[in-house]
Amino acid sequence: MNNELEDVGLLDTASEVEGLTEQVKTPVQQSLFQVTWRRLRKDKFALLGAFWLIFVILVSLLAPILAPYDPLEINLRLRLLSIGTPGHFLGTDDLGRDILSRLIWGGQISLLVGFSAVLLAMTAGTLIGLLTGFYGGWLDTIIMRLIDILMAFPAILLALALVAALGPGLEHAMLAVAIVGIPYYTRIVRGSVLALREREYILAAHALGSDKWHIIATHLFPNSLPPLIIAATLDVGWMIMFAAGLSFLGLGAQPPAAEWGIMLSEGHKFIRLAPHASIVPGLAIFLVVLSLNLLGDGLRDALDPHLRR
Amino acid sequence: MTGYIIRRILALIPVLLGVSFLVFLILQLAPGDPALIILGPKANATSLAQLRHDLGLDQPFLIQYFRWLWRVLQGDWGRSIQLKREVLPLILTRFQASAYLTLFGALLAILFGIPAGIISATHQYSLWDRVSMVGILIGFSMPVFWLGILLQIFFSIYLGILPVSGMQSPNQQGFPDLLRHLVLPSIALATGAAVIIARMTRSSMLEVMQQDYIRTARAKGQIERLVIYQHALRNALIPIVTVVGLQVGYLLGGDILVEIVFSWPGIGLLMMNGIMARDFPLVQGAILLVASSYVVINLIVDILYSYLDPRIHYQ
Repeated sequence: MNNELEDVGLLDTASEVEGLTEQVKTPVQQSLFQVTWRRLRKDKFALLGAFWLIFVILVSLLAPILAPYDPLEINLRLRLLSIGTPGHFLGTDDLGRDILSRLIWGGQISLLVGFSAVLLAMTAGTLIGLLTGFYGGWLDTIIMRLIDILMAFPAILLALALVAALGPGLEHAMLAVAIVGIPYYTRIVRGSVLALREREYILAAHALGSDKWHIIATHLFPNSLPPLIIAATLDVGWMIMFAAGLSFLGLGAQPPAAEWGIMLSEGHKFIRLAPHASIVPGLAIFLVVLSLNLLGDGLRDALDPHLRR
Repeated sequence: MTGYIIRRILALIPVLLGVSFLVFLILQLAPGDPALIILGPKANATSLAQLRHDLGLDQPFLIQYFRWLWRVLQGDWGRSIQLKREVLPLILTRFQASAYLTLFGALLAILFGIPAGIISATHQYSLWDRVSMVGILIGFSMPVFWLGILLQIFFSIYLGILPVSGMQSPNQQGFPDLLRHLVLPSIALATGAAVIIARMTRSSMLEVMQQDYIRTARAKGQIERLVIYQHALRNALIPIVTVVGLQVGYLLGGDILVEIVFSWPGIGLLMMNGIMARDFPLVQGAILLVASSYVVINLIVDILYSYLDPRIHYQ
């Protein structure tokens, strides 16, 4: 074959022939992770988002070492110091607490709430989506009508109703935010499963007598992952913003905890005297959400190039 | 068309029933005895039992729900524990203030979002397109309550040109004063919705602009403005209307945060006070009213579809 190609002038040299044969012999086998990473590392904005996120996570984890002061330490003689004050780089709040230290410690709570809420919502939503999509019938009808009703509420209103019932507090706010997120994941996974379950390889697995749970775990779940990962990455930022919003309203983390939403709410009371006390924590939330959105957009393009615009 | 609208309205009934059931269920699960909240901790067992009986709290759950629903349908939404007033007139008055904010916010979001999306799509990859894409990303990542605070700091405290909070100045009345108070909260509220509308308008327009009928319109010598507004925009409108409808619902929710930042005397502020005071009849009423409005807005969007695309109501 190669000789024939050489004869007609399509391949010129022996080395080209060798290269071609080598390529045919060893096809490049890459996992989903490798393919995604190869595409993602070309996206500068997504990388910027990823670096900022890693930076914030590291700073939050190293809070005991990095924070210059105790975030809860009150010093009324140092109230409302402005940005750039020696010893208090980002100033102090109305109780004289160091804003930088509270910001660093606050990252722990905000990130934990965002990631945990997404994990909870994603786990529950995926499980429900897999079951309803796979089994269909009355189970699907009942659960999807329930989901429709949950989605008939503006998200924050449903979260408020849940927190109103459970009572204010960080865990309750996290749970409320997670419950509000469940319908979103259920719909994504159910949609994927409905599309996948008629594919030949699933029908073949049925024909070979595979156990239903085996089909769900080894075929349907892994193939539903790409849209789920994109949705979850974009959702973490939204959940961080949402949970901070609940804390801002006084329904999430409770004072004196160092949490970005509380810092914003406390700073808001003194915007005339110390605007930085509310600008700084808001900026922290904004940058983390922005980095997650950049990363999420990059992941979407990398995992599903058809969606690239 | 009338048949389609009637069918859509009938389909609303089970959703509204579901919403009312969920609102009732969630707040029934709340810990604490309503009778104890009303009578206070010093109440004796006999009066507590009597009040529980009077309120129907000793009845099975479903009976309680249907009794509550029946009263709600008759206009009896209960009494606020904290404010000692009928819930329905109270929340309707406050809902009016929220409606101003939501409508004004929606108007701003549409007036900014749709043209921005059209310009981005018709000038794809231009400087404007890139700037608006960055703007969309920033607007999308900005917490509504922080944006509100930034606007207060800049326009009210630093420049001093707009009121920092409230709905009306103490000595002034009338529409011009209301409008001055509306500007900042509406911008804060509208930004998130505007960027989503702009993004959807851009992608929907880009998709439509690649269709054959657009090429045909251009080929027959139609002027570009008419190609865009008569052919492309009309066909791109359905997904845009969906997003606008969803965003108006989002505005109803986001409204709560903006009302707190700007001390806007709307239903969100009332609801928050109710939650803090564990005033469940008030919270229940407020949530039911906002959620029902959201459902009705979605119905209006559905009906709008069939005007925009007559194929829909034949399906």
